[in-house]
Amino acid sequence: MNFYERKEANRRRTILLIAAHAGAFLVLGLGVDALFLGFPSSGPGFPVVTAVAVTLSLVMSWFAFYRGDRALLRSLLARPLNEDDREHRQLGNVVREIALAAGLPPPAVYVIPDKAPNALATGRDPEHASLALTSGALVLLDREETQGVVAHEMAHIAAGDTAVMMVVSVLFGSVVMLADWSKRMLYFARIPTLATILFAAPLLLLVVISPALSRLLAMTVARQRELHADAGAVELTRNPAGLSSALRKIAKTRSPLRGASRGTAHLFIVNPLRRRVDENPARWADRFATHPPLDYRIALLEGRAV
Amino acid sequence: MGAAFLLVLVVGLVWSVASYNRLVRYRNQVRNGWKQIDVQLRRRHDLIPGLVAAVKGALEFEQDTFDKVAQARTAAMRARGVAQSAPAESALSQALRQLVAVVENYPELSATENVAALQEELTTTENQIGFARQHYNDVAMRFNTRQEVFPANLIAGMFGFEQAEFFSADPADRVAPVVDLSLRSQA
Repeated sequence: MNFYERKEANRRRTILLIAAHAGAFLVLGLGVDALFLGFPSSGPGFPVVTAVAVTLSLVMSWFAFYRGDRALLRSLLARPLNEDDREHRQLGNVVREIALAAGLPPPAVYVIPDKAPNALATGRDPEHASLALTSGALVLLDREETQGVVAHEMAHIAAGDTAVMMVVSVLFGSVVMLADWSKRMLYFARIPTLATILFAAPLLLLVVISPALSRLLAMTVARQRELHADAGAVELTRNPAGLSSALRKIAKTRSPLRGASRGTAHLFIVNPLRRRVDENPARWADRFATHPPLDYRIALLEGRAV
Repeated sequence: MGAAFLLVLVVGLVWSVASYNRLVRYRNQVRNGWKQIDVQLRRRHDLIPGLVAAVKGALEFEQDTFDKVAQARTAAMRARGVAQSAPAESALSQALRQLVAVVENYPELSATENVAALQEELTTTENQIGFARQHYNDVAMRFNTRQEVFPANLIAGMFGFEQAEFFSADPADRVAPVVDLSLRSQA
């Protein structure tokens, strides 16, 4: 797999996402201006809400792209490595090894104090990347398995997945929130004229379909990325057994990760919410699952068709 | 007619520039990969005395093993050029592996903190050298392939790009196992 080409595709996707989000906010803003302020026939004559909404969208994009990684790590209480701890030192070594395999600078390494075994990577590009494992993962996994998990995260970084997923996280979260909010606000709308209906129609459409649609799209992309990162991990370590054994061990645990939410679940190597429906053997019975079932990923790593 | 000819010319020129730039980028990755191997090897040379000192006291009767490591290190540091340094470095790896095997023969020793740390340091050092080589071979392979495929080979030939040498003589090292995503029946 050529990480470089996937990186290019991801860069385009990030720009597209930011543009789509600004577009959605533009439509929402125009709808609010039309329904509540009587734009364009009466009122201030300038679409105030639209201007605010588009500005807000761009600020959110900027934040997601440049500051999202730090906010995320802070929300998970991630701590830098403690060089006196043998497990931590080993993790630092493993990360340096895999960074060499990927030909990238070693990312900043953190440990999340939680007994649920999990891992994630974040950051806008390989030069600003961070990688975190939970303390539960450090205890559960041996060196070879840790290497597999770290390589999976490094594959996300090398392919530029981390930037897109962070933007997805913040932006789609906001679309869902706004749609909920405007649904309630519609009760207070003015009596519509033809002009206002023309402006408001896209708003109504957006309110009805956007949360489901955006989640569906985001999660389909997220699931595919997990499989690509599994394959990328094998390319980096030349060892499918490490990652598959790690996933086997993790599959046996059941505790959810505190501090993870629906909005951030797709950033982790396995779904931190550990919902039973995700592991349903009727594959992806739930189209909104963030991750492919673990059994399925293990089977692919072990070269078994499913 | 003239416009069409001009268009073909411009497209061809743009493609040539892009193709040349890509070759240069790949060549830089190859050079950088080579430097990384060197950095890792030097790091190993620097680490060995400290690592050996950490266990030497407890293992005086294994003087022979320590001498072999020291000799192999000196030989590796003196080696110049790939032809000399490749066998010297692999002899050093051999000597270090033997040292680890010796240490593992004394379980009561392995239990102590500084010996466990030594084992981890040796493991990561060997892994870092291995992964640096692997990365070098990956980018060398991509660079070489790029020079061979048509039509980029025209540009490569015109500007005298040369094939990069693989680090390992063992062809098995170059083949990466692949996870076959086509096995999935639905996405």
